[in-house]
Amino acid sequence: MTDNEHRLHLLEQMLRIRRFEERCAQLYQAEKIRGFLHLYIGEEAVATGVMEVLEPDDAIVATYREHGHALARGLDPGLIMAEMFGKVEGCSRGRGGSMHLFDASTRFYGGNAIVGGGLPLAVGLALADKLSHRPRVTAVFFGEGAVAEGEFHESMNLAALWDLPVLFCCENNLYAMGTALERSESQTQLTLKAASYEMPAWEVDGMDVEAVAEAARKAAESVRAGGGPHFLELRTYRFRAHSMFDPELYRARDEVEEWKHRDPIEQFRERLIGEGVLDDEAWGEIEDRVHEEVDRAVALADAGTWEPVESLTRFVYSEVAP
Amino acid sequence: MSDVIAPPETITYREAIREAMSEAMRRDDRVFLMGEDVGRYGGCYAVSKGMLEEFGPERVRDTPLSESAFVGAGIGAALGGMRPIVEVMTVNFSLLALDQVVNTAAVYQHMSGGQFNVPVVIRMATGAGRQLAAQHSHSLEGWYAHVPGLRVLAPGTIEDARGMLAPALDDPDPVIIFEHVGLYNLQGELPEVDGSVDITTAQIRRVGQDISVVTYGGSLPKAIDAARELDELGISAEVLDLRVLRPLDKEAILRTVSSTHRVVIVDEGWKTGGISAEIAAIIAEEAVWELDAPIERVCTAEVPIPYARHMEQAALPQVPTIVAAARRLVGR
Repeated sequence: MTDNEHRLHLLEQMLRIRRFEERCAQLYQAEKIRGFLHLYIGEEAVATGVMEVLEPDDAIVATYREHGHALARGLDPGLIMAEMFGKVEGCSRGRGGSMHLFDASTRFYGGNAIVGGGLPLAVGLALADKLSHRPRVTAVFFGEGAVAEGEFHESMNLAALWDLPVLFCCENNLYAMGTALERSESQTQLTLKAASYEMPAWEVDGMDVEAVAEAARKAAESVRAGGGPHFLELRTYRFRAHSMFDPELYRARDEVEEWKHRDPIEQFRERLIGEGVLDDEAWGEIEDRVHEEVDRAVALADAGTWEPVESLTRFVYSEVAP
Repeated sequence: MSDVIAPPETITYREAIREAMSEAMRRDDRVFLMGEDVGRYGGCYAVSKGMLEEFGPERVRDTPLSESAFVGAGIGAALGGMRPIVEVMTVNFSLLALDQVVNTAAVYQHMSGGQFNVPVVIRMATGAGRQLAAQHSHSLEGWYAHVPGLRVLAPGTIEDARGMLAPALDDPDPVIIFEHVGLYNLQGELPEVDGSVDITTAQIRRVGQDISVVTYGGSLPKAIDAARELDELGISAEVLDLRVLRPLDKEAILRTVSSTHRVVIVDEGWKTGGISAEIAAIIAEEAVWELDAPIERVCTAEVPIPYARHMEQAALPQVPTIVAAARRLVGR
């Protein structure tokens, strides 16, 4: 891939997430998707930029707002959609839903919906790699809300103390559900917390996919080369409500509109047009391709089947005798 | 070669666990031990004493006081292909890691639709009797036994202390082993080499006809002592050691009740909502017509464990309280 082809690929990945989730919101209204649905719209540059620099053998541990991470990691959109429909063809056989997407083939370890709960897991995956002398990276995503959890501090300390290959990706979208960062942290400069564990930490413009990819590449290379854990604070913003049940009483409409001017897809599209890398025709082709892909995903989910109730108690214990 | 047969060696419960761990680590590079003070200190109950010297600090790994992170790291390492043994000092401290055990280890297999299993072994001390008061003495294994996805073991004998670890490590799913603090100094004969035992069944430790005493872990020696006293009174007591608290060996419980028709359940946990309540419910649901007398339960009094020795002892199941319950049932 040339540099410019690669940049167009990044744009398409972000658009794939955007259009997929816009459809999810519609399907939620149509009651095809139920439960909690947390949309990533506005934050696409983060997952896209980080995932771009990871290798197939690396591991990903994500949160309950993980559709974007799963898509960017290359999970089949049809299997993700089928999961949200609760169909047995889904990537977690309909046992997980929107918050628990899993895929062993891409080392995608969820889909973890206890805030901060994925961090110790990532430390352990990295410990296994270190003990086995495998040059892999474990990337763990979490929101800035997780920084207030004890598990964040315990995991940062353990990873730094044991020099483990973890890439900590803090998606700072300024609100833990409805609680603003300055209402939950005495110290709002998050990189200082990483620094207190002697961990290299950088603030990154999470609305700029190229800035994210560049920082993530530098960090992942260092982690892989034995440089120990690194921390990225990716500054971003959630354009939609926290979930489908959120009337957004905690933030001003103006603030949301202001951030929308920094839409990661629109900004990058304009940049590529300005540089002559993209024209309207090529953009139209990308839109069409993504649109068809989302259509196919919905069709696959619609055509999916319900797991027979007789198998309700499967997957509690492994199906091989101890 | 000598044809002199050596006298059977004795070993403590503590040493039996240490031998089982050392053997597992010699046999399989993926096995390692981690926890608070397991290395240089030798384990807060001296279970891992000497292991650091043999296996080094990578495989006998001291952790900070971060229960949630190191239990979670054990789960992650298991997902990453290792076979970790995670030691938590006591069940009371394990509550700091309850999130990782209940929300991650126990559910990963299920919520991933069968894609990921978590072959981690988590060991911890449980129980009272050493005057350690209300934050080091509780018996909360019943809480863990409540959770689908976990296997919960309670070795009450030297043989089980030695033999349960290997099959626990072979189990593809999370296994929690509860070691009663009152048993660490228990002495007995060294079990057969490679004395691997099953981790699915309850075992009759003493055969009897008049009454069944159903128990596990730290209460097992008390139940056996009680059975001996009952014998002198002409009451023949059968002692069933549950061994596995989840999944419970229901058949064994129903079998002994159907044979003696009278049952005393002895559990160091509290009565309310505990293991003893579950066993009583199983008997009531499936064997109520077998009973010739109401079910008796001997459990810990519903108080946090007190420090003063006489108060602590008064709170716990004891041989005389077990004997008294049995005598009430047979009317002698």
